[in-house]
Amino acid sequence: MKLADSDFAADRRAHDVGSAVRDYLTRLRGGELGALPALLGMGGLILLFWILRPETFLSSQNIANLFTQALPVTILAMGLIFVLLLGEIDLSAGVTGGVCAAVMAKLMVDAEQPWYVAVLAALATGLVIGGAIGWLVSVIRIPSFVVTLALFLGLQGVTLRLIGEGGTVPVRDDVVVALANKNMPIWAGWLLAVVCTAGYAAVQLGRWRRQHQRNLAARPIQLVVGQVAVVGAALLFGTFLLSRDRAPSPLITVAGVPWGVLLVAVLFIIASFVLSRTPYGRHLYAVGGNAEAARRAGINVTRLRMSVFMIASTLAAVSGIVAASRLNSVATASGGGNELLFAVGAAVIGGTSLFGGKGKARDAILGGLVVSIIANGLGLLGAKAYLNMLITGGVLLLAASIDALARRQRSASGR
Amino acid sequence: MADHGPVDGGIPADDDIPAESGTPAERGTPGGGTPPGGETPVLRITGLNKSFGAVHVLHDVDFTLRPGQVTALVGDNGAGKSTLIKCIAGIHPIDSGTIEFEGRQVSISGPRDAAALGIEVVYQDLALADNLDIVQNMFLGRERTKGVVLDEDSMEQAARETLARLSVRTVKSVRQQVASLSGGQRQTVAIAKAALWESKVVILDEPTAALGVAQTRQVLDLVRRLADTGHSVVLISHNMNDVFEVADRITALYLGRVAADVARAEVTHGQVVELITAGRSGELGLAPVTAAENL
Repeated sequence: MKLADSDFAADRRAHDVGSAVRDYLTRLRGGELGALPALLGMGGLILLFWILRPETFLSSQNIANLFTQALPVTILAMGLIFVLLLGEIDLSAGVTGGVCAAVMAKLMVDAEQPWYVAVLAALATGLVIGGAIGWLVSVIRIPSFVVTLALFLGLQGVTLRLIGEGGTVPVRDDVVVALANKNMPIWAGWLLAVVCTAGYAAVQLGRWRRQHQRNLAARPIQLVVGQVAVVGAALLFGTFLLSRDRAPSPLITVAGVPWGVLLVAVLFIIASFVLSRTPYGRHLYAVGGNAEAARRAGINVTRLRMSVFMIASTLAAVSGIVAASRLNSVATASGGGNELLFAVGAAVIGGTSLFGGKGKARDAILGGLVVSIIANGLGLLGAKAYLNMLITGGVLLLAASIDALARRQRSASGR
Repeated sequence: MADHGPVDGGIPADDDIPAESGTPAERGTPGGGTPPGGETPVLRITGLNKSFGAVHVLHDVDFTLRPGQVTALVGDNGAGKSTLIKCIAGIHPIDSGTIEFEGRQVSISGPRDAAALGIEVVYQDLALADNLDIVQNMFLGRERTKGVVLDEDSMEQAARETLARLSVRTVKSVRQQVASLSGGQRQTVAIAKAALWESKVVILDEPTAALGVAQTRQVLDLVRRLADTGHSVVLISHNMNDVFEVADRITALYLGRVAADVARAEVTHGQVVELITAGRSGELGLAPVTAAENL
């Protein structure tokens, strides 16, 4: 027997960059694509639209637009990742966001409640809807596809009833509107970027040091440092882009990181922590990978299944609120259009599997950016609506195909 | 966690008193028809009956397990092997009979009770999650935490120590996904997972059924080491070669009754096959009348 294949050799062997790169290539060939498709797609699309629309696409105004455009999709996708991890689906997440936004708008406009009451009520509505879906799926055992398809229809009726046929409810509250339309002070944006970079570096280097000291499996330090440098550079570069003045007229200044980006950052950190550092997150992956094994290991699969729908619907409510903030209104059709398709697409493009057991919170951000680059670029090109739909549908199918093929590759090379 | 008394390496001598033995009085308790060895049984079942509706699946079954021994549970399909282990594992409630664990009478009313006593079952279909790595699988459902955060380092160390203690040397990394392991390695991980939990009884349901020659070898070696480190092992198998290779005792079930409970050294291959197929073999086994009764 070769030494390299036994005795935890890979754990003990001091990894150098060469062996780590070889390991990565082996994993890649084995169908562990990670963030690669999303990053390649993002690079390709940016290049494509930059060539086609050199003046407008990479203007500082459009870049800021891109980020705010991505907010609702990213937040919706982040919630969906929890559901997708169990191999379930929530087709009603988009309209759930619409209903919750309608609840918020009605409370602020008709009942003249302060924004925090309205927002809390919207979040509670999401939680209740999620609880209902979760109960029907996990206790009654109706396939989630059917439950959420029914709710997709039913909840649109609820929005219609709340708002009235053909109507819109304006959202004028300063705090809610600021979410997607106002920017943080420039210094706060830089502070956020620096704190996030430093925090990320501290977590990664701290883990490496601990693993190294205890002689546990660790990646080579060069790679850890490289990863921290890339993430830090991306954060700082993004902040730089958003800190430039992007006002159309020289008389005023519009600059800074949108508040919504802070919201996404906070949600991302929480979701990442829950998924990768807590027993709850570990159990989600286990149930997605092998529900029977999880059940035998004493994990309460029913409760877990219920909880993911509650998380998804609550984040859908947040997404609905951000969308309402961006449009300054809630309409009867809110959440009933492409939102869900975009969000599922974002999660899958980011690397989350539709078959369950695989996915990370960062997938929502990467995929959300890709999806909004497509929507934004096609808008700049002035593409016809039919083309827009065809292309978006095609991209989702492409991402799902990559997911399915990578999965086949994994099981073929696995054994 | 409870005290853990596996002897590291080496087969405990017959007069060894394992750490989990109770008072001298208890130790002296004679096990019904006990062979030499004299240690307090870890698990002793007497007069167990189990029916599913009108079907009487287990008739007055006596079953005894001792620390450091591999007991092979053999029998044809439908003889009641699975039902018996499911009764021990707390999946099926028993109709009558007593279960003594380390000399105390206990009632096992669910899988959690069994796990709390230190009974671990490795099912045939493995129950590992492919998308998790070895450490994550071994601690699944019983993760170590610091506050709300998973304590990955301590779990990784413990997993590696357990694998090393059982001389599992074929895995490249404990951070490897289970999907990338061979059938034998997966079975090895599943068994090591059971051994991690300071378990006293480890029940293996056909661990070699789907394995090749070399992999079977690996798993059988592991089964032997498991017993040598103080665990009491139940091996369910249809393969007589496996049984004769690792078992210390053989319990044969025939149509829900214990046909024989014998030391491996006292029987031949052929006798065991006869016990399985006919319930008796020469002097051994059920009385002819009983054996014929259920046909």
